Amino acid sequence: MKSAPDLKTLLHWYEQMWTIRFFEENAIASFRLGLFGGSTHPCICQEAIAVAAAAALEPADQVLATYRGHGHAIAKGLDPKNLMAELLCKDTGCSGGRGGSMHLCGVDQGFLGTNAVVAAHIPIAAGVALANQLKRNQQVVVVFFGDGATCEGAFFETLNMAVLWKIPLVFVCENNGYAISVPTRAAIPIENISQRADGFGLPGVTVDGNDPLLVHAAMAEAVARARRGDGPTLLECKTVRWERHSAISAGKYANEEEAMKWKQADPIPRFEKVLREKGVTDDQFSAIRAKAKQVNDEALAFAIASESPKAETVENFVFA
Amino acid sequence: MAEAINEAIRHEMRRDPNIVLLGQDIGAYGGTFGVYKGLFEEFGPDRVRDGPLCEASTAGWGVGLAMSGMPAIVEIEFMDFITLASDAICNQAAKMRYFFGGQVRVPLIVRAPVVNRLGLGAQHSQSLEAWLMHIPGLRVIMPSNAADAKGLMIAAIRDGNPTVFIEHVRLYAGKTEVGEADDPIPLGKLRVAREGKDVTIATYSGMVRPSLDAAKKLAGDGIECEVLDLRTLAPLDREGLCASVRKTGRLVVAHEAVKTAGAGAEIAQSALEGAFDYLQAPIQRVAARDLPIPTGKLQDLVFPNAADVENAVRTTMA
Repeated sequence: MKSAPDLKTLLHWYEQMWTIRFFEENAIASFRLGLFGGSTHPCICQEAIAVAAAAALEPADQVLATYRGHGHAIAKGLDPKNLMAELLCKDTGCSGGRGGSMHLCGVDQGFLGTNAVVAAHIPIAAGVALANQLKRNQQVVVVFFGDGATCEGAFFETLNMAVLWKIPLVFVCENNGYAISVPTRAAIPIENISQRADGFGLPGVTVDGNDPLLVHAAMAEAVARARRGDGPTLLECKTVRWERHSAISAGKYANEEEAMKWKQADPIPRFEKVLREKGVTDDQFSAIRAKAKQVNDEALAFAIASESPKAETVENFVFA
Repeated sequence: MAEAINEAIRHEMRRDPNIVLLGQDIGAYGGTFGVYKGLFEEFGPDRVRDGPLCEASTAGWGVGLAMSGMPAIVEIEFMDFITLASDAICNQAAKMRYFFGGQVRVPLIVRAPVVNRLGLGAQHSQSLEAWLMHIPGLRVIMPSNAADAKGLMIAAIRDGNPTVFIEHVRLYAGKTEVGEADDPIPLGKLRVAREGKDVTIATYSGMVRPSLDAAKKLAGDGIECEVLDLRTLAPLDREGLCASVRKTGRLVVAHEAVKTAGAGAEIAQSALEGAFDYLQAPIQRVAARDLPIPTGKLQDLVFPNAADVENAVRTTMA
């Protein structure tokens, strides 16, 4: 298991959280400006999970995530330039400009993609973990999904088989309290999604997903367990969703009170408090924030300046 | 044919130690229809993985293995149950290489037995190949005999793309000469099962034999049918089909799937697009009636047979 993170590491997390936040803000702004169509599903307010979870991994470990997966891609090491270019459907995008916001991928970084069908990637992640087990390569797979996915059959089926075959997989549920419009409490009749683990014979853990230190500690344990060959863990990270499900859908919070919750739960100021107690100054915060913003502004400029994929490439990549 | 498929898979598993089989009842039991006989004993539980009943996830696991460089062969016990696995096949495997910009390969083969005419009723008797042909990114293979099944299975495994390999259970016991060689049969190349000059019968899988029977009978009346065994529906050998139609000027399409929006519609339209000027009569379609498949004697009223093919040929000659 990795030891407790030092200050340098924590500052890196802080920077990554801002990198993701600015990325999402740029994504929303670009979408509203009409720089790309389709939709985009921001993970604003959920940044701590992606960052802290990725920090518990080795570079060769693999991650699969959902359409709300920009943050996971950044945390796993993809360049915001190629990610923003993918959102804008440009040739320089990580998926060659044909996947878009919901189909990001970086095989070289161990980021095996985001998926636009709820829970469909969970068995796929399990297959990757099974491949790791068969190759005895000591690599661990982490699959991120939302609360909604835990109502899908693919989730339950995979839990069952994953425990049965003790594959090196960590299930990370980001419970942000909402499907598009339906609050979790109207869809799931138990307090914690991690309780779902009980009937399947794997550890189920719930943590405050907006505290990166708690997420990291729980992840480190789950990853170590998987790497030891002791099988999967279901980790529920409670978080809150930014006010909307996606940039196009409705699904606003039901009331003001709910809407305020995400602002109060915002992991970035919360983490700042922790760092401040460790002696980090306002100047340091500002410098890090400015750097994260610059990275993203450059990424957006890069994406805008990039070309669309050439028409003659539209048939590429159907078959190997 | 079952033995030929077994041989092909065994051969490829010996060649490539990364190939893994997933499914239900595929271990010592040897698969629902015994296609995997002896594979568990030879390759062990790591590679011949008997799993719980969950078609949807099993196919998804197959996708994950495949994209990790471990070609996966997933057995669906009856083709009808492929509906349960359709997301993994149609939304994931078929599209993943494309939407990830070519970063992954998905060498996944889903084996799906069609079990019709055995009286098992509406949920165990369907031929759903047309649904799968409709998904860009999938190969759809439907052999009619042992030799083709072996060569096409080897080709599909080496091709390394998402493939649905549809096996007709009534043909499992069928014997044709199968060479020892491991020569793959190119995908997208039809086989001329019988040469003729008057009418082309384009068919595949379970209707090849009845079509040959009809052709034999018609030959007695001086009508020479050319029977095409299409073998792979995606890719479809449109060129081979049109070449035959340009020669005969008449076309009958025959399959066991229901008629409406069946593969026959696509095949017929392909002939219209490529050989319209040569056609001397309207194209005829022979197919199952548009009904849920009943059990017992009623099923015989629904599935087409050699007499239906014969009548269709005579219609084109009238």
